[in-house]
Amino acid sequence: MTDRSLARAFSLLLRRDLVINFRQRSECVNPVLFFVIVVTLFALGTGADRALLLSMAPGVIWVAALLASMLSLESIFRSDFEDGSLEQLLLSAHPVTVLVLAKVTAHWLVTGLPLLLVAPLLCILLGLSDEGLKTLMLTLLIGTPILSLVGAIGVALTVGLRRGGVIISLLVLPLYIPVLIFGTSAVQMSVAGFPVNGQLSMLAALLALALALAPLPTAAALRMSLS
Amino acid sequence: MGSPPHFYRFTGKILPWLSLLCTLLIAAGLWGGLVEAPADYQQGDSFRIIYVHVPSAWMSLFVYVVMAVCGAIGLIWHMKNAEIIAVSSAPIGASFTFLALVTGSLWGKPMWGSWWVWDARLTSELILLFLYLGVIGLYAAIEDKRTASRAVAILALVGLVNIPIIHYSVEWWNTLHQGPTVTKFDKPSIHVSMLIPLLLMAVGFKLFYLISVLIRARGELIERESNSNWVSELLEKR
Repeated sequence: MTDRSLARAFSLLLRRDLVINFRQRSECVNPVLFFVIVVTLFALGTGADRALLLSMAPGVIWVAALLASMLSLESIFRSDFEDGSLEQLLLSAHPVTVLVLAKVTAHWLVTGLPLLLVAPLLCILLGLSDEGLKTLMLTLLIGTPILSLVGAIGVALTVGLRRGGVIISLLVLPLYIPVLIFGTSAVQMSVAGFPVNGQLSMLAALLALALALAPLPTAAALRMSLS
Repeated sequence: MGSPPHFYRFTGKILPWLSLLCTLLIAAGLWGGLVEAPADYQQGDSFRIIYVHVPSAWMSLFVYVVMAVCGAIGLIWHMKNAEIIAVSSAPIGASFTFLALVTGSLWGKPMWGSWWVWDARLTSELILLFLYLGVIGLYAAIEDKRTASRAVAILALVGLVNIPIIHYSVEWWNTLHQGPTVTKFDKPSIHVSMLIPLLLMAVGFKLFYLISVLIRARGELIERESNSNWVSELLEKR
């Protein structure tokens, strides 16, 4: 097995998942709608006080992003598990971790990236400054892949269960906490006019760690779920 | 120790001795802590809660590590007993964590003036409780218990890697916010008469964990092996 065939397997699987998702567009629209609606609900629930909204904005947007990405997690493996193609993937000669990485990448492109695209809209709604918006986009760009990577572990553990949905939130949300902390504090600091290199570096370090480590337990959990 | 019937017989033999030792240690620790030790010059008698609080906080992390290590052993060598110890540890660890949180907030009310402060240590302890609850929930959700214990082992290992990351990020989060209005209980150099009961309690709590995990593991073992010969022999003897 050469490197080329590994790269080919990765890109084929990525393209397959993207095509499937493109044909069922609601899969990628729903998390975005959810993201926008949750933020709107926060504004409605706390009153339209501009100063309050502004001080809460980074936290609210990040929590909404966490929830939106968690809700869409199941789609990483669920349908493939149900129609049996996941079993075929595990039987293939390629390392499962690479295939997991391809599926997670596809999932992030479909559900994580759109969150970035609507973030400017939410910043207008909550009155966040341009500087804050720039940092928010950056943290979302680095942070949401971590959410998909870590979330994949939770999905892989519960994909064999009929009602995995509720338990996933219990498994995955505590693991999301570091991303939430660094993402929120970066936006808060940049709104206050401080440099945010530290937070961004920490997020990038978390991303590197998740990229390197998260596929391993995901692969092990998939094998377990299918045994 | 690998074979279930041997494990069952051996633990049955040592359990009474462990219980005796544990009772003695905890009794001595409580006596030393609640009666012998002098009242703290700043905190008066309220400091005495550390004899329950500190050992259970230590145990909350210790049990998680034991759970993850046993889970890893079970995953790698497919040892049934390690798997069982791992899954039986989760509820006990969760109880220790809960106990640490409750006693901490009981102490915090007179000392800090509020039941809960978003202090870094408290917050990480709370998150640790969530991690435990995730493990328990996952184990309960999967019907086949062999599969469930493997799932729990994977989750516990992921959690073990994450605990330091979560802990330090929470600490960072706290320092970025304005400092807590009441500073953390900074441990002064503790007097020997206060320290000895604390150490007795710590060892007593470790034994208590050992006893309860063995009792749970024995129950779990019998349930899983209920169709095997040695369990039916055991039943006939009764």
